[in-house]
Amino acid sequence: MTALSCEGVWKFFGDFPALRQVSFELPPGACLALLGRNGAGKTTLLRILAGLSRPARGRVRILGTDARHETTRRRIGVLGHGIGLYDELSAFENLRLFASLYGAVDPAGTALAWLQRTGLEAVKDGLAREFSRGMRQRLALARVFLHEPSVLLLDEPFTALDDRAIAILQALLAEARTRGATIVLSTHQLREALELATHALLLVRGRTAYFGERTPEMAADPAWLYRHYGES
Amino acid sequence: MRFVRQALAIAAKDLRAEMRTKEAWNASLAFALVILLLFSFAFEPTAEQTREIAGGLLWLVFAFAGALILNRSFARELPNDCLDALVASPVAPAALYLGKALASFLLLTAVELVALPVFGVFYNVRWTAQFWPLMLVLVLGTWALTVIGTIFSALTVNLRLRELMLPTLVYPLLVPGLMAAMQLMTPLVVGQPLGPELYDWLKLLAGFDIIFTALSLALVETVLVG
Repeated sequence: MTALSCEGVWKFFGDFPALRQVSFELPPGACLALLGRNGAGKTTLLRILAGLSRPARGRVRILGTDARHETTRRRIGVLGHGIGLYDELSAFENLRLFASLYGAVDPAGTALAWLQRTGLEAVKDGLAREFSRGMRQRLALARVFLHEPSVLLLDEPFTALDDRAIAILQALLAEARTRGATIVLSTHQLREALELATHALLLVRGRTAYFGERTPEMAADPAWLYRHYGES
Repeated sequence: MRFVRQALAIAAKDLRAEMRTKEAWNASLAFALVILLLFSFAFEPTAEQTREIAGGLLWLVFAFAGALILNRSFARELPNDCLDALVASPVAPAALYLGKALASFLLLTAVELVALPVFGVFYNVRWTAQFWPLMLVLVLGTWALTVIGTIFSALTVNLRLRELMLPTLVYPLLVPGLMAAMQLMTPLVVGQPLGPELYDWLKLLAGFDIIFTALSLALVETVLVG
């Protein structure tokens, strides 16, 4: 049983191949560090995995079904470059909306519980646009995790987080791994990523330069992977 | 049931956001009122000829004012990548589309309901004399405008010139629906009943709504995801 599989995925932007024949499989509970330089295709691959874009060729299966299947999307949590929250809505309204869309039995109760968990219950009626950057990031984390997803797709989740948000994210990721969630995280922060990861995938110009289990060498020396498999 | 709940949640979210910013509402209403005022200066409002073009004039105003609302429909999702968050969520794309169309429809209808009395005053017409038939045409015509405008709002949302592209794409497609709405509106807005000779236009407008609603619901996933 694979939690996530990618078979010969190609993606073109015009004539430019952003992804070339990318293939890998992840077992349930795995944590994949998706690595690569800027423009290597990490975000494109994550968007395809999240069902936000279709591959030109190849196939993606998440939990045994198509990424666009409604039941699959119910079990995926996606954090992209944007926080995915409405500036004109309050913190509570934002979370209640997404709890409702993800089919929570009690959307308001779920929203309140997550506001408490992320330390935002005191400002629950404040509009998202009035929040500081750190508060917005914590609210975004609440949005991604509030339905307890089985698959997490996180695009540079540690970028620009303040220390409090990093602590919350680390706790949420640890909890997700405990319950057996599969995690894919794209990042430039090699040390954090390789400490968490069970697997690593290095993309170089849209091609898979390395895919396999994370080895002790990678954790000890985060640049090891780039030295051995990256472009010189 | 879940589909309806999702669509209503999206519509409520859009309306709540719009009520707080009033971006589309203010622009659309101001535009509609200014155009009605300018036309009343440009033409002799009480002249018989002007009354004959009243339906056409009203729908032109509604169509242009509508573009200002429809442009915001999916553009509202761009800040903070909210569209990605919605598309990645388990919302059926058709529910997302329908929720957005419903919110735009209600906003545009509200603009029209403010513009109609103003029109009645400027042009000295008894527009309330055929109130319910007028409301039927207003609802059918506004849905025609909304249903096409919302799908093209989704299609053009990532274009740099979307404010220009939306009307350029929408108006040619809207011609049959707009013609029907104009034909039907002309007698009603001056207080005359709909004659049997206009029933075919009514059928055309209703058919237009049904066909384009079905087409949009079928195509929205492709438009959003590719």
